[in-house]
Amino acid sequence: MSDVALALGGANFDGLVEITELAGQGMVTLRGDLTDNTIVTAVNDVFGVTLPGTRETAFSGDTGALWMSPDEAMLLCSYDKAQDLADDLAAKLADAHALVVNVSDARAVFQLKGTMLREVIAKLAPVDMRADAFTPGMVRRTRMAQVAAAFWMDDASTARVVCFRSVAAYMFGILSMSADDSSAVNHFTR
Amino acid sequence: MLLITCPYCGVAAEETELHAGGEAHLTRFGPDSSDEDFTGYLFHRENPKGVHFERWRHVNGCGKWFHAARCTNTLEVFGTYSAQTTEPPKDILDTIRAKRPGFTWRTIA
Amino acid sequence: MSTRVQTQGRLINRDRPVSFKFNGTLLNGYQGDTLASALLANDQMLMGRSFKYHRPRGVVASGSEEPNAIVGLGTGNRFEPNQRATTTEIFHGLTAISQNHWPSLNYDVGIVNNLLSRFLSAGFYYKMFIHPRPFWKHIYEPFIRHSAGLGKAPDAKSRDEDRYEHFYAFTDVLVIGGGVAGLQSALTAARAGAKVLLLEQTAHLGGRAPVDGGTIDGMEPDAWIAKAREELNALPNAQIRTRTMGAGVYDHGYVLGYERLTDHAPEAAGPRHRLWRIRAAQIITATGAIERPLSFAGNDIPGVMLASAVRDYLVNFGVSPGDRTVVVTNNDDAYRTAIALVQAGLKVPAILDARPEGGGALMDEAKALGIRVETGAAAVKVKGAKRVHSVCRGVQAGEGEVLEEIFCDAVAMSGGWSPVVHLWSHCGGKLIWDASQAAFRPDHDRAPTSHDGNPFVVTSGAADGAFHLNDVLQNAANAGKTAAARVGAEKGDAAASSGEAPDEAPLVPVWMMPQGAKKQLRMKAWLDYQNDVKVADVQLAAQEGFESVEHTKRYTTLGMATDQGKLSNINGLATLANALGADIPQVGTTTFRPPYTPISMGAIAGEARGDIFQPIRKTPMHDRHEANGAHWEPVGHWRRAYAFPRKGESVHDAVKREVLATRNSLGLLDASTLGKIIVKGPDAGRFLDMLYTNMMSTLKPGKCRYGLMCSENGFLSDDGVVARIDEDTFLCHTTTGGADRIHAHMEEWLQTELWDWKVWTVNATEQFAQVAVVGPNARKLLEKLGGMDVSKEALAFMEWKDGELAGFPVRAYRISFSGELSYEIAVPANLGRAFWDKLIEAGKEWDITPYGTEALHIMRAEKGFIMIGDETDGTVIPQDLGLDWAISKKKEDYIGKRAQARSHMTDPKRWKLVGLETLDGSVLQDGAYAIADGVNENGQTNTEGRVTSTYHSPTLNKGIAMGLVLNGPDRMGDVITFTNGGNPPKKARIVNPVFFDPEGEKQNV
Repeated sequence: MSDVALALGGANFDGLVEITELAGQGMVTLRGDLTDNTIVTAVNDVFGVTLPGTRETAFSGDTGALWMSPDEAMLLCSYDKAQDLADDLAAKLADAHALVVNVSDARAVFQLKGTMLREVIAKLAPVDMRADAFTPGMVRRTRMAQVAAAFWMDDASTARVVCFRSVAAYMFGILSMSADDSSAVNHFTR
Repeated sequence: MLLITCPYCGVAAEETELHAGGEAHLTRFGPDSSDEDFTGYLFHRENPKGVHFERWRHVNGCGKWFHAARCTNTLEVFGTYSAQTTEPPKDILDTIRAKRPGFTWRTIA
Repeated sequence: MSTRVQTQGRLINRDRPVSFKFNGTLLNGYQGDTLASALLANDQMLMGRSFKYHRPRGVVASGSEEPNAIVGLGTGNRFEPNQRATTTEIFHGLTAISQNHWPSLNYDVGIVNNLLSRFLSAGFYYKMFIHPRPFWKHIYEPFIRHSAGLGKAPDAKSRDEDRYEHFYAFTDVLVIGGGVAGLQSALTAARAGAKVLLLEQTAHLGGRAPVDGGTIDGMEPDAWIAKAREELNALPNAQIRTRTMGAGVYDHGYVLGYERLTDHAPEAAGPRHRLWRIRAAQIITATGAIERPLSFAGNDIPGVMLASAVRDYLVNFGVSPGDRTVVVTNNDDAYRTAIALVQAGLKVPAILDARPEGGGALMDEAKALGIRVETGAAAVKVKGAKRVHSVCRGVQAGEGEVLEEIFCDAVAMSGGWSPVVHLWSHCGGKLIWDASQAAFRPDHDRAPTSHDGNPFVVTSGAADGAFHLNDVLQNAANAGKTAAARVGAEKGDAAASSGEAPDEAPLVPVWMMPQGAKKQLRMKAWLDYQNDVKVADVQLAAQEGFESVEHTKRYTTLGMATDQGKLSNINGLATLANALGADIPQVGTTTFRPPYTPISMGAIAGEARGDIFQPIRKTPMHDRHEANGAHWEPVGHWRRAYAFPRKGESVHDAVKREVLATRNSLGLLDASTLGKIIVKGPDAGRFLDMLYTNMMSTLKPGKCRYGLMCSENGFLSDDGVVARIDEDTFLCHTTTGGADRIHAHMEEWLQTELWDWKVWTVNATEQFAQVAVVGPNARKLLEKLGGMDVSKEALAFMEWKDGELAGFPVRAYRISFSGELSYEIAVPANLGRAFWDKLIEAGKEWDITPYGTEALHIMRAEKGFIMIGDETDGTVIPQDLGLDWAISKKKEDYIGKRAQARSHMTDPKRWKLVGLETLDGSVLQDGAYAIADGVNENGQTNTEGRVTSTYHSPTLNKGIAMGLVLNGPDRMGDVITFTNGGNPPKKARIVNPVFFDPEGEKQNV
């Protein structure tokens, strides 16, 4: 829909990493027992991914799933499909004890591109970002500076950071500040 | 700054990811309870110098409440476990008994 | 005089001159100089004045323990007081000013305090400023305020120009200190396979070793250090950070590192300081040792320095503190200074060694160089004013008889070395007294313990009390091995390098020089230079009954200056122990607290300044409100428009206009901030019955119900409208500030108490932008947009419906917080701005008026609706507010029910909600108290109520208020009196709190 307005209109910053507010990211929250077979099957049917294990991610094309807690997953898809897929999943889980909510509009998503992304994140989150401690395939819910956030790595030089929509400007501000060209720590790279 | 491992997501979380929730294993007293029971539930808390059982929430993380057995004196964490239990698990109690012989806490010894 | 010599200076680059300003005078130094070494090279021995007596003081040390050479650095937005000249690397254009003097460093009026010093003894604040009482306010306090404060505070209008940041790092082994001990520990741990991070507070690795001499593995220390650095740099599991101080060790292996990136190069881009927030499994503190001064009279005269500092300035910076330097010592190490000075062509008229037998190999070496050594000797006093003039020699065993006056312009003193145990002690490591070194050192059996109950700090080298070069290296290797083994890294061989240095004879503790010094001498023997605490002060405190070292510290201010007693601590407590006739270990030390040296406020704040000082939460329509001239109000982290004043319009007038426009035609409110929590499951209805005071399980799908939530102790916590979506799904609206709190409250109950109930929650607050369309023309506007039936029949009051408006997917709630015909329309947040624009455009024909939170508040108050945070303050129960209708009598239980049955909660004397109208139509003051007869036991006027909300009502054109009043609902029509902020009290009549449209006719159309 042409009226769709991202929190920051697709903001971009280029420094130690390139930071881009992503458009078109659909997100569906699933609350339910992630080990329940009915739920696992329904998610697989609708999103085409197997629900991941603790603090893991699973991807299949432009859909995916992030482990948020033992009874919460974040399902990813394209923004335009999110409501339909959420409705579809909810229908499939009508008889199960589960809650499915489209939250695509509730969040802002930033992509970090570049090999220094570990450093940029380590300036803000109390998370061990060493290459053997955090790898693609993992997701971490945590705090970045003063707001709740989650991030994962798609590959060695691409990460996505999710926060609430209302604090998108703050998140973009702290990410850009941390990615300032003259602020390299060179802790993970030499 | 404390480092406590969330038993739900396995993260060794620093204190800024956590929210302290006071004493664990309180028994709720509701509408028909006596004044004494209700007052005990609402206001009376243990304040040990030593082994304590506490509630924590991994608020900037998986969002789960859990329990921690911790020494308030040395800050040693004996273990963390599900919040959905009325008493500490045996393995954690065994650990504490080995490390702090003779400890008592409420009705636990 | 102090000057630059032609040889030595391993840290300076004589090809790179650097010019800087000190007290307005342009001076020259070299790249690599510290401010202290550069000042000494310019014969600027006088660097500051002391805090209390304004005595002239010169630099005494060469590192972070410096108490005297404290300066203000920079100008304007970069001015910073209380910086140590000894740890400041100079750069071109540096500007420094000295402190604690007026009008100038050389001529100071405050020195008069020095003449009065016999009146300013220990505890003088407590003794002098007590009587007579009335003097406090007009004489004593202004005097103290004038003389208080070290250095000058930055100008209030200045703003720090620099940026700062944090960095979270994790490591197996953190080594704090990059001297040879730290390097050896790091090498051993890294070779064993542990991941190692080494921090060094200065710009250089190697610490004291290159100055102190000896050889390591047959190499000069500098060569070994370079080799060690290369090896660490080549190891993939080791990292080195220079200019980074280990500032504090905290629980469970948390360490703050303070990296100074651009202090030495302020024009460089990037952050000035970086605060490292490190989590280490094991910490090795290789923090070295600090030399102790000797307590003799005149030990604070500029030119009296630590022997190690004299050597540092000579070897590292090619600076001689004087042409003729007398060395005063109780140990062998100070002989190194004498030897270095003579080898550099300078004069050492005598070494005064307090030990009757003198020293060992180093003494022999000194004697061989022709240096005169006096054993069993004491410096009775040093003469001089702004510069050392001579040393009076006596015998250490005596009372101060002067045997000889030795002319000199510098004195190098050494009272032995104290391991830097600060970081060991920060988190609970205990100490033992080592009588052979006359120093406290770490007690390995009582180390700080971590979350697993195991030790997590290991001390290395001199910090562990190992002083001979070879002992340092072996000790450091052991520390590295221990730490690595504790993290499971045990490969390779842990052999240490071996060090060669002369053997040293034992020291003899000297706490007073000479040991029987008379009072006149003790009154001039300084312990704490910065705070002017003398031997006599500590003795007086002991005499007056101060036995605890912590009390003595506070009474005398010993060790309370910016250096936190790094030089004075041991001498002070030894003096106290002697005065009390107690053993030193019995007296103990004061507590070591982080940070090791002060760190900048900027580093602590990190990125949090300016626009990102804190998160500001913005609704999807935020930019539109900004463009519309919003006057903002913070609500939690949200920014909400308080009102939208037009050009030339006051905020007050704007609020009035917004209320009238809404009441008369059409208003628009951004309600996106209201919490929206989805609650679903077979037990959802039962759960909401538990959460809310009223019955929610009976609500029909499609309907809405207003509800109250209380805490377990009965107090009203939040309110809002609940909509039932389907049989097992509800949407709970919360207040703006309540969404996160109430969601957490729900999760807490579900996870920790009602865990067998089948309920899921999702906080969907930000998924939706929500707009309240309010006023008599609200329906016409929505009908104009078209897409769904919003008629009274299709969407009655307190109903909701999904549909479409002007092509937008919406959920419309027919609820009202204003008493007007009102719809709250939720759209996906990303469509919020477009939807808002559409409403504004389509509503023009009804003069659609966006309104802010103040108009919202006024309209709700006109209707007598309560507001969480105004009518409630954490002590108010729903029954106080006349909300009994919203409390179910049928339910067995809800959160807060039992508490509301407690005797105090059912007390008929609890103040109850009423409306209030002043007799003259004016507005009552917010928070004003109703005055009752008589006074209470404290002589304060009795009260019988207070104002909770008060406004000028544009609709009714008079002041209206709500308040809690004793027996209020039974006193309708009574006139009571309210305080008025110091003005004559106001009379107000108790009325029904519903001021406007009491029958609700307007909202039900």
